[in-house]
Amino acid sequence: MLAALRRFQAGAERRLPALTRYKRPENLPIALHRRRIYIVPTAFGAGFTALLFIMLIGALNYANNAALLLTCLLGAASSASMLIAFRSLNGLRLISIQQGHAIAGEALALQLVFEGGERAHASVHADLDGHTEAFSLAPREQTLVALHVPTLQRGWQPLPRIKLWSNWPLGLFHAWSWIHPDQAVLVWPQPETGGPPPVLPGEDGQRQRLHHGEDVAALRDYRAGDPQRHIAWKVSARHSNLLVKDFEQPESRQEWRLDWRHLPQLSPEARISRLARWLGEADALGRTSSLWLPDEEIPLGHGHNHYARCMNALARMP
Amino acid sequence: MITFSLFHRKPRPPLGARAFDLLCLTVLVVLTAHTPHLPVWFSGALVLVLGLRWWQRRKLGGRAPLYLKLPLIALLSAAVIFHYGTLFGREPGAALAVGLLVLKLLETEATRDARVGAAFACFALMTALLFDQGMLATLLVALGLLPALATLRALEPAHGTASLPRELLPALGLLGVSLPLALLAFLLLPRLSSPLWGAPNPPQARTGLSDDMAPGDSFDLLTDDRPAMRVSFSGAPPATSRRYFRAYVMSSFDGRRWSQLAGLDPQAPAIEHAETIDYTISLEASGQRVLPALDVPIEAPAHALFGPDRELLADRPINDSLTYSVRSALNYRLQPQLSEAGRRLGLQLPRDFNPQALALAARWRARYGANDAAVIKAALNLFHDGGFSYTLSPAPLGRNSVDDFLFATHEGFCQHYASAFTVLMRAAGIPARVVTGYQGGYWNALGNYLLVRQSDAHAWSEVWLPERGWTRVDPTAAVRPERVSLGAAGASGAASAWSPNGWWLDLRNRWDIVNRWWNQGVIGFDALRQHGLLTPFGLRDTDPGTLGLLLAIVGTLFAAIGLVWALWTRPPADPLRAAMQSLERRLAAVDVARRHSEGPQHFFSRAARALPAQRVELGRLMRTYLELRYAYDEPPAILVKNFRRAVQDFRPRRMVK
Repeated sequence: MLAALRRFQAGAERRLPALTRYKRPENLPIALHRRRIYIVPTAFGAGFTALLFIMLIGALNYANNAALLLTCLLGAASSASMLIAFRSLNGLRLISIQQGHAIAGEALALQLVFEGGERAHASVHADLDGHTEAFSLAPREQTLVALHVPTLQRGWQPLPRIKLWSNWPLGLFHAWSWIHPDQAVLVWPQPETGGPPPVLPGEDGQRQRLHHGEDVAALRDYRAGDPQRHIAWKVSARHSNLLVKDFEQPESRQEWRLDWRHLPQLSPEARISRLARWLGEADALGRTSSLWLPDEEIPLGHGHNHYARCMNALARMP
Repeated sequence: MITFSLFHRKPRPPLGARAFDLLCLTVLVVLTAHTPHLPVWFSGALVLVLGLRWWQRRKLGGRAPLYLKLPLIALLSAAVIFHYGTLFGREPGAALAVGLLVLKLLETEATRDARVGAAFACFALMTALLFDQGMLATLLVALGLLPALATLRALEPAHGTASLPRELLPALGLLGVSLPLALLAFLLLPRLSSPLWGAPNPPQARTGLSDDMAPGDSFDLLTDDRPAMRVSFSGAPPATSRRYFRAYVMSSFDGRRWSQLAGLDPQAPAIEHAETIDYTISLEASGQRVLPALDVPIEAPAHALFGPDRELLADRPINDSLTYSVRSALNYRLQPQLSEAGRRLGLQLPRDFNPQALALAARWRARYGANDAAVIKAALNLFHDGGFSYTLSPAPLGRNSVDDFLFATHEGFCQHYASAFTVLMRAAGIPARVVTGYQGGYWNALGNYLLVRQSDAHAWSEVWLPERGWTRVDPTAAVRPERVSLGAAGASGAASAWSPNGWWLDLRNRWDIVNRWWNQGVIGFDALRQHGLLTPFGLRDTDPGTLGLLLAIVGTLFAAIGLVWALWTRPPADPLRAAMQSLERRLAAVDVARRHSEGPQHFFSRAARALPAQRVELGRLMRTYLELRYAYDEPPAILVKNFRRAVQDFRPRRMVK
């Protein structure tokens, strides 16, 4: 039954270009206007119309002009609310989209910047993947609307269609429009859950441990990639999650030169996952790292921007 | 395979406190609109439930428990049945609807519930108008739409909360905007020629004239200041003493009570008349069939017929106000020839009642012989000189009411006098009968109409005289002539707050004009008036099809206006272009007009050649303009402002050659 409904919808959209034209991705800014705003009565609107009809018949039957006047007033107000519903969408513009960062499998935070122009837009909803965010706009004001896009795999992911709708002001009419920004978001690769630490050229484990410091500075939550021997088992038994002994860092920290070429035994995706994990560890430990990829080389650096740049590079890998 | 996801219930958003407050306010307004016809204890209980529920949700939250709701619904039905005897019909139905609306609040926790509640409140508001279509009631009900609409509005998310009165303002605006369309729809909606189902109104206990009269019964009418009818005359109104509106003619007397006789003498009595008067009466709802008319009506209006004694009867009870036009005779001879049956009827008296009055009448008859006029004069003299007084609160009367009144109490009002006079006449052998109706009225000079109140109800007598026919005699006038000129309350000397002078009366008369306008323009707007409305536009044929077409045209017109409003956007102002145009105007004044095909750079260099002294200034303006126009997507406002100021400061100086 649902499938039949979908087929019907697909057929209708094929035949009616007005329905499909705005399903193709468009460049920003996207402005809503009369050719792309649709209105239907809501279920409540249909019920309310039936109620108005009953009131009308009753008033006519009893030749009660006061009741008839009231019914006419209510009916006129309801139909006026249709125009108001239209106006609450008309002229709304999506100016830009700011994307957050997310690794594959997580939801990616999007921030849509809407602008209203000369008039206010009340109670507009943005629907993306079943989640709804409601917002209002005062005249000549911009607003940020936070939405979340589910992600599945790393790389460029086109944005899905976003439904903008409003039942303003009385909930009798449903006005909606589809916007499909021609924009893709970059999804970071998912780091592998466990594995060896990076093999650093010219180093052995002994030296690394020496540099790692021996004094336990603090306990922290377990992060993917922490060596098992650092887990504080006794303390963890008393907690709900694993705790890891954080060793004080030595003065001169080792740089992690992460290299695609050092992992020849793994498949490309596994290499990316491992590099992503190492990058995450480096970022967590505050270590300086560099990244070499077949088509990109990122020099040594640290901090969040550096991490984001490296992850972006990994995400863009073919 | 059928998927049940279609019926999957979405998680319902909880109802905000503001929306719930507004819904409670809506229900309270609905209750208020219904209070006049609900039993006091019923309204009180509902207000209590409403208040408790509001308090409970505010303090404790959550819905009322099920074990409370079900008994309450049962209790509601039981209360309605207890009071009205049934659940169906207008009154019990309205009571049930209001009760259910209040109980709906008990389980209102989600947006959907509140929507249903608000919609149902609109319906319940409308049912209040089935009881009272007065202007104030309609206004109250229309204002009741405000909180209902505001509730629906508050249910939409991302709705910033304002103070309660400010929440109602947008709804008022919405109603105001939709008023023109509502009025046009009201004017053009085809009315039903006959009801689809039964008339809603069971005979109601309304104050007004009744079809019987017993002297001694309390007569609340005379202190009732509400309008009974309004009369506008096509010519000059008759003098005050001639404004007798006949309603009921009562010939049957059982010793205590006067009443009409049904079925006797069905053909309308003959009438000869000289002078006629045309007038239009808007009658308030009376619940009765009778249509009061001045003296003797000559033609019956549509949907009305003559009763056996030349009174007007509508074909159904007047449950809503009604407007009708009548032509009446003021100088007339009604039924100059009286049949034997009519004569017997006019002389009928019950046995063994009022022996003293009968004896008195017999003495008069013996004294004056066949001179009817002298007998009448004797009776009127008795009232005038016999120590009788006019009062609205007379002493009670016993079994022989006429004897008690004539020989013991000596006080009463029109009913007593009319009754006693008629009995005396009958006893003296003169056919007589009692007529009730309205007398007098207030001439509203502002509105040019006669306002007749319930307190203008009056009773008088008609005696049959040979060759004259039925002749009006008003025995009350013999006692208290000012009753005929001032009205009942004025004649009784009762000092009331409504003293018939001063600003208060003036205000009330103005208010009555508004009421009259409402009654005639809105309540009395029926198919006939609808027809008359369109005739000036050349539409003689106003069948429902034509009206429907007109309605569709008007609706489309309004939709077009609305769409223009919805689609109209101010063209985006371009301050840079405006500044440039200003500069062009200045330069054109010194004969450097910009050509159509000329770009800015070329134009500026030409201007610099024409005004070499200002070359530097013009060059700077050109660079700024080009940069603002072409270097930015949207030039920063502050830079545009600077450019505009520079243009304003620029004064082209004509070269002296």
